[in-house]
Amino acid sequence: MEQKSIQFFPEQASTIAHSVDGLYLYLVLVTAFFSILIATLIVIFAVKYRRRADTPTPKAVHGGLWLEITWSVIPLGLSMVMFAWGASIFFTESRPPADSMEIYVTGKQWMWKIQHMEGQREINELHIPVNRDIKLTMTSEDVIHDFYVPAFRTKSDVLPGRYTTEWFHATKTGAYHIFCAEYCGTKHSGMIGTVYVMEPQQFDAWLSGGGGTGTLAQKGEALFSQLGCVTCHQATADVKGRCPNLHGIWGRPQQLTTGASVTVDAGYVSESILNPSAKIVAGYENIMPTFSGLVTAEGVTELVEYVKSIGPAPGAPGSAPAPAAKGAPAAKGAPAAKAAPAATVKP
Amino acid sequence: METVATAVEREPRTYLNVDHTLKSWLLTEDHKRIGILYLIVITIFFAIGGLFAALIRIELTTPAGDLVESSVYNRLFTGHGIIMVFFFLIPSIPASLGNFLIPLMIGAKDVAFPKLNLLSWYLYVIGGSMALTAIIYGGIDTGWTFYVPFSTGYASGMVMLTLVGIFINGFSSILTGLNFMVTIHRMRAPGMTWFRLPLFIWSLYSTSLIQVLATPVVAVTLLLAALERGLHIGIFDPALGGDPVLFQHLFWFYSHPAVYIMILPAMGVTSEIISTFSKKEPFGYSFIALSSLAIAVFGFIVWGHHLFVSSQSVYAGMVFSILSYLVAIPSAIKVFNWVSTMYKGSVELTTPMLYGIGFIGLFTIGGLTGLFLASMGMDVHLTDTYFVIAHFHYIMVGGAIMGFMGGLHFWWPKITGKLYSETWARLSAIIIFLGFNLTFFPQFILGYMGMPRRYHVYAPEFQVFNVLSSAGASVLGLGYALPLVYFLWSIFFGKKAPANPWGATGLEWQIQSPPLPENFEITPVITEAPYHYAPSEEVVHVG
Repeated sequence: MEQKSIQFFPEQASTIAHSVDGLYLYLVLVTAFFSILIATLIVIFAVKYRRRADTPTPKAVHGGLWLEITWSVIPLGLSMVMFAWGASIFFTESRPPADSMEIYVTGKQWMWKIQHMEGQREINELHIPVNRDIKLTMTSEDVIHDFYVPAFRTKSDVLPGRYTTEWFHATKTGAYHIFCAEYCGTKHSGMIGTVYVMEPQQFDAWLSGGGGTGTLAQKGEALFSQLGCVTCHQATADVKGRCPNLHGIWGRPQQLTTGASVTVDAGYVSESILNPSAKIVAGYENIMPTFSGLVTAEGVTELVEYVKSIGPAPGAPGSAPAPAAKGAPAAKGAPAAKAAPAATVKP
Repeated sequence: METVATAVEREPRTYLNVDHTLKSWLLTEDHKRIGILYLIVITIFFAIGGLFAALIRIELTTPAGDLVESSVYNRLFTGHGIIMVFFFLIPSIPASLGNFLIPLMIGAKDVAFPKLNLLSWYLYVIGGSMALTAIIYGGIDTGWTFYVPFSTGYASGMVMLTLVGIFINGFSSILTGLNFMVTIHRMRAPGMTWFRLPLFIWSLYSTSLIQVLATPVVAVTLLLAALERGLHIGIFDPALGGDPVLFQHLFWFYSHPAVYIMILPAMGVTSEIISTFSKKEPFGYSFIALSSLAIAVFGFIVWGHHLFVSSQSVYAGMVFSILSYLVAIPSAIKVFNWVSTMYKGSVELTTPMLYGIGFIGLFTIGGLTGLFLASMGMDVHLTDTYFVIAHFHYIMVGGAIMGFMGGLHFWWPKITGKLYSETWARLSAIIIFLGFNLTFFPQFILGYMGMPRRYHVYAPEFQVFNVLSSAGASVLGLGYALPLVYFLWSIFFGKKAPANPWGATGLEWQIQSPPLPENFEITPVITEAPYHYAPSEEVVHVG
């Protein structure tokens, strides 16, 4: 963020930034070519054919169809390159690599709250290691925001009531702007922060410093019992409760009363906590009260991480603290926020 | 306007001197007088919107927020956007010049529904007054886009009154569009076939189509937002069980075609001007005419390119991206045809012609930079930055307002019967062109550097280009102030304009300036193509 003299480009600090700048160069060249062509023709025609006292009325000039086709097809061809190139970059941008390091972001008027899996929290600052794929899972507590890092050439809206993701791979250590790019009220221009891209060793030191009180999943577990979720939701394999058992459901499809099916992910777990009656798992009653207002967006994030950590998560390496087993066979595939008789779950 | 009439009192009977009373203006059913009523109110809105812009640019000369507070700054850009989009740009050319000229250009005595035409003006004035009241007393800080849930649950100020004002104004737009469509279908003079229509009429027909079909959607959308804000009916706010992205789809379903409501009429004006001052029929008449319709139709299916980062599906994004490129092609066709019209012409750089070629240049840049934003991977970086601001100001100010100014200078002698000072007018056209580029070109660079739009306080490295932009804005302001002076001067002291000062072939130039109240003494019969500058047997074929 050290700025000297006049700049025309932001820092190029991610893998995506390189490809975006390449596309930008192509677009600038096409724009410059046609702008200069049109301007030159206008000037030449205005001078060469300027009206003099003795200029006779010019004859009408009719063009052939092929001329119209030519100047339609050439721009079309050039723009299809723009389309394909832009779409391919966008595809990369919208597909976070599977082994990305995950970080949660919560936007609220007017700050960015960051939660690391290891339990570290920060506000308006984001520390990440260089040369590592980083995936942000983001939500908002109030209005729409947008998490924008110009040096990474990427941004994504941050919406209330759902999760969006954004990923990047920083290639250069340093400090870069975070801007909120979606207008969000009075102090919109103050909803800014800094990404610190660090060498891996430094990052590890940072991560272990400044004591957290446990990982996100551990915090989620504490919250789970504090909010009394455990009274209805079993977290132990094969125990049937009043509400769906949460053991091993992450990433699995759940059959709903409507006949539809839903995959258990951050969005679904969050919805089940804040708006439980939206989707009811087949075989269960609509009895869960809403926890909207009782749990913060960050709390929801912790609960999501806890649910993810219960039991063997399909495909997810390191399915975290194994809950102490207890209990009886459960209906296969119990979903998120619904009740089950109490059971203490301790790793 | 009283004085206008006095000045031509001893002249032959015209639409201006038949009656001088205020009542005769406020209750007029004459499309020409209604056009002038619009022109007056539009100019007032333009001046207010411009004042807001001036304050914004002064604030942004330094990175700190030192002129006004953030809450005021947010009200300034919201006011600027709402006034300029809904109450200046959308009605500008169609409601003023279009109203005045459609019947004259197709050989009719008036529009199809004269009373409805007057009602449109009143709805515009009522809606505009409501929005203006809200903006001045209390203000509103939602941005002109009214994104939810901010606008329905969080914004302060008189949001409700503004929404209702825009809702009412929407009916003015719908009724005007409807009136124009019926007029063009039903009231053409004998012999005025579709392909003898001037290109300005083709562009206004396409514009009307969008006004009639798209405006109801934004009217309903804003009404739903008002219901959510007032009665907490959950439609868009997730806390009430709604979907905030739905609002964005509905909003842009109108607001993207609305861009074409602004630019198509300016394209029509440009077609007239380039042809007249090259003394040559437009190259590729039917391609220009039909490309207007193509833009109007394709313009309806590209709205999703505003939502690439709003969590829209990747595949939906791809469809919207490719369609956005397709809508660019008819615009490219127009530009090439305009330039070719000048080829082997007899080119005269009058004031309207300066605006005409200025339009082509600025629209070309505006259009080409739109291609950046249609490219998904590029848009992710650029959307919601100053690049977008620069792009749409090249289209709306560089395009629509250049067209409006060009048209005003072109038809001013017909409308008022007076000539303005060509020297001052050319000077102002050049000042506007230079000031415009200095204001908005630096914003492209700011955008790529990553400066977000709607920022009251910004990072220090963005200052240089902001200072350039503000300097340009003061030049631009001077450029816009000049016409106000020499136009008023021409009304009182200007030389009397002949019927056809430019030697143009259009029907409106074959009648006296200013026209009779009933336009034509006898209904004209059209026997020729619209731009018969040269005998048709002397056609040169290229290609």
